[in-house]
Amino acid sequence: MIWILDLLILSLLVICAIAAINIKDLLSATIIFGVYSFLMCLLWAEMGAVDVAFTEATVGAGISTVLFIAAILHTSRRSKD
Amino acid sequence: MKLLQEQTQKLKIGESLIIQTASRLLIPFIQLFGLYVIVHGHYSPGGGFQGGVILGASFVLLALAFDQKFSMQYMSEKTSGLLANTGALIFVGTGTLCAIFGGLFLHYSALDVLIPLGPIEWRSFGIFIVEVGVGLAVMSNMAILFWVLGSNGEMDEGL
Repeated sequence: MIWILDLLILSLLVICAIAAINIKDLLSATIIFGVYSFLMCLLWAEMGAVDVAFTEATVGAGISTVLFIAAILHTSRRSKD
Repeated sequence: MKLLQEQTQKLKIGESLIIQTASRLLIPFIQLFGLYVIVHGHYSPGGGFQGGVILGASFVLLALAFDQKFSMQYMSEKTSGLLANTGALIFVGTGTLCAIFGGLFLHYSALDVLIPLGPIEWRSFGIFIVEVGVGLAVMSNMAILFWVLGSNGEMDEGL
């Protein structure tokens, strides 16, 4: 546990989470959500849970980003609210 | 407010020679890594779920770089459903066999009655069999999830 690295990843994580729910462009929100997943994966790996980090990297940053983009393709890109 | 699909058709994004050649080179190595993650799952981080997702992601990459029809030449809708059900059957079948031969559900050392390898060897080998089943199920489910989402449920043309 290196607390400076922990603090850096955690602050970036909070920034990404706030940006992903506030942004109007859904494609950008999806990419920022992928960044959030990958930072979460770094945090899991840094805390020693390598198996959870592996799952987060494959499912969170890999497949779910592609599935979100495939879903956005059939709707409009800009969110209404 | 234009649909993304109309913009994509106008700009002809997705017909890139560089991306197609790179994914042709990359996909065998992605699948090899997925198999490694499944098979080596009980010694190191990884396992059936993660390896299955990596194997499914190789089919998603094929569908993204080329066409959905091109990717469905390698694993059709019927094969995908068959593999998913086979994986679930392997998982539940192993657990039920353990229960039949005198143990609890997924208590692998009870399978020693079937093939005498020793209970310790069976605990390692049983996890391997179960993870192969999980990997098969997750691989075909991830591929078919992307095909259905990308083609609006019609499975004829996708992203």
